[in-house]
Amino acid sequence: MSAAADSYYVPHGTKWPIIGSIGLSTTVIGFANYLHGSSFIMTGIGLAIVIFMMYGWFGQVVNESMNGMYNAQVDMSFRWGMGWFIFSEVMFFAAFFGALFYARAFSIPWLDGASNNADTAKLLWPNFEAAWPLIQMPLTEKFDVAKHAMGAWGLPAINTLVLLTSGVTVTWAHHALKKNNRNHLVMGLALTVALGFLFVGLQAWEYSHAYNELNLKMSSGIYGSTFYLLTGFHGFHVTMGATMLLIILIRSIKGHFTPENHFAFEAVAWYWHFVDVVWLGLFIFVYWI
Amino acid sequence: MTTATTHEGDHHDHGPATGLMRWVTTTNHKDIGTLYLWLSFIMLLTGGAMAMVIRAELFQPGLQLVEPQFFNSMTTMHGLIMVFGAIMPAFVGLANWLIPMMIGAPDMALPRMNNWSFWILPFAFTMLASTLFMEGGGPAFGWTFYAPLSTTFAPDSTDFFIFAVHMMGISSVMGAINVIATILNMRAPGMTLMKMPLFVWTWLITAYLLIAVMPVLAGAVTMMLTDRHFGTSFFDAAGGGDPVMFQHVFWFFGHPEVYIMILPAFGIISAIIPTFARKPLFGYSSMVYASASIAILSFMVWAHHMFTVGMPVAGELYFMYATVMISVPTGVKIFNWVTTMWRGSMTFETPMLFAIGFVVMFTIGGFSGLMLGVAPVDTQYHDTYFVVAHFHYVLVTGALYSIIAAFYYWVPKWTGHMYDETLGKIHFWWSTIAVNVLFFPQHFLGLAGMPRRIPDYSVQFSEFNMISSLGGFAFGLAQVFFLYIVIKTIKGGEKATDIVWEGATGLEFEQLASPAPYHSFNTAPEIK
Repeated sequence: MSAAADSYYVPHGTKWPIIGSIGLSTTVIGFANYLHGSSFIMTGIGLAIVIFMMYGWFGQVVNESMNGMYNAQVDMSFRWGMGWFIFSEVMFFAAFFGALFYARAFSIPWLDGASNNADTAKLLWPNFEAAWPLIQMPLTEKFDVAKHAMGAWGLPAINTLVLLTSGVTVTWAHHALKKNNRNHLVMGLALTVALGFLFVGLQAWEYSHAYNELNLKMSSGIYGSTFYLLTGFHGFHVTMGATMLLIILIRSIKGHFTPENHFAFEAVAWYWHFVDVVWLGLFIFVYWI
Repeated sequence: MTTATTHEGDHHDHGPATGLMRWVTTTNHKDIGTLYLWLSFIMLLTGGAMAMVIRAELFQPGLQLVEPQFFNSMTTMHGLIMVFGAIMPAFVGLANWLIPMMIGAPDMALPRMNNWSFWILPFAFTMLASTLFMEGGGPAFGWTFYAPLSTTFAPDSTDFFIFAVHMMGISSVMGAINVIATILNMRAPGMTLMKMPLFVWTWLITAYLLIAVMPVLAGAVTMMLTDRHFGTSFFDAAGGGDPVMFQHVFWFFGHPEVYIMILPAFGIISAIIPTFARKPLFGYSSMVYASASIAILSFMVWAHHMFTVGMPVAGELYFMYATVMISVPTGVKIFNWVTTMWRGSMTFETPMLFAIGFVVMFTIGGFSGLMLGVAPVDTQYHDTYFVVAHFHYVLVTGALYSIIAAFYYWVPKWTGHMYDETLGKIHFWWSTIAVNVLFFPQHFLGLAGMPRRIPDYSVQFSEFNMISSLGGFAFGLAQVFFLYIVIKTIKGGEKATDIVWEGATGLEFEQLASPAPYHSFNTAPEIK
């Protein structure tokens, strides 16, 4: 293919998707078996295949991009792709936020007899009182009862500052890239990566505090369920985002990207802002009010 | 950035690779479309075989053929396979084949990802089908997998079901992203949004719905998984959760999903009817706006699937009114199709027959839907065979008929061969008579109170069930006959002209040969 700023690059044949499918299937079959008592080995192998696939696939795209095979129209396809991918992630979190709001607005008051449930509540859970965060469940003995809820103004507030600051540093790096100031680009990115992993570390510390000292577990009723699934999936996304930023950092150090052409950087920055915004939602609705 | 050029071989103008690896590694939209369509056909016959088991068991009252648990597995797997395996992949296959040709693009926007969205599916469906052979049997809680049937009381194989759903979701989202990127970014110069064929429009809207709701489904099955294994209590009232919450999350996905399965059908019918009426589509822009309204409304009506669950009356009223509002844009569409045919020079080739069949029988399904949408009335119909009749009219004589119509309409463009018109007409009349014998009596069964998803029934339902089963067997056989027609058409047949149909319009007919070349538009076509 000639280097074609004028024609859309359509690759011919690719082995990565089938490797990805094999990896994905191995992972989930292994994990389903693990849940029923098998070892974790198969899941590990599957994940390794998936990571290999991502390394190879993205590596190939990076090479093609560096070789000038993508014109502006290809770049735009990537932009639409990344934008809608982030939208799908937003909707994934929306499901868990929906569960949180539903529990707080409906199921917990109803269990306490709100709406037309007075008699049912009296009959089934006479001692239950609606509250949020919900510490005492309707059937407490089935669950791990937390000592109290996770507050907002300790580690979570610090983490908010960490993540918001990282949003500033990544923007600083972007401006530096656009002015072709490579030093500031690398510095801004390195700071962002560091703040990202700092966030993950603090979150892990907070989890150990919640788990060991507060006895707050996934099995602590709907409060523990929503707390761990929302913050857990967010933490996973931050880890992914920080890893992506790290790759962008390495590429920047190697001299990739130009002031005009650096969509990979922007895609990761978009993603980073997305995890940032999700965190604000978490901070407000899970930790604070 | 423009420092070097590489030469990964000369990419232009050579055909596909040969052998099995062509299909495994392909990035060509036509190859991938073909893969999707064949997967869909295999799934149609698999899910159809399960329907035959159901209808055979219901042929007579009493328990004859299968254990109740297996019967429940059959209804569950039939639903899942038809929704996720037959209808959705068929539409994605059509999107792959048609959208680049219709908008004058060289291929889909993200060809490698296109390959992956397909190649996840065979793995996912193998996993799903394998649950039937696991200890404790396959999932038996209905395709809607309500908690706690799918959490506390479900067989071990449910975890494989959960991961299969995750994988289908990943595939659908990637496919939808690709469709949107293609439509928004790959149109030939001059192909403005309001010049796009309606199939492209409806797929754009469908893709948006897919990206919006498939992740919610993934969230629902994830909560199921953690409820089953990690002690969470999302769907457990004892911990402050609520099994009804599952239904809300599920139907927030499930209702837009219904439109995901019908909007592309609207696009297909809007292409076929003008061709054979030899008139432009009546009310093109109102069709676009109606499709968009249906998509928006689809997010606001989900709890009409839950009228009997014990919602507050205010909720029932709201969801009832919102639901009935959907009949307005849908009515616009039916009106436009009928008006397109009005005083047209109509001929009745097979695609047109299936399209008209669609308009008539989808309307029947739409009207029974209106009845179900009225909350106080639904209290009686809920979970009866009336519901089964309703959604099979919209999904079989609606979605499936549109897919069959699309096959007959575009297959000359794909293969370069005309199908056998006589066989096509036999297929239509055989299917149409059979499908009405199959589903129409189910209205009466439902109104009389026969519950769905039960392997046995009271003797007064015997006659209608027997009639329905006979129609079912005939309809099943008709689709095996369809398989024969498909293979026969691929292997040979009268040579198709480039325009194929006298009244055909659109880039794929006007500017491409039959069969369409492996790469459609290496240079963008002129749009008038």
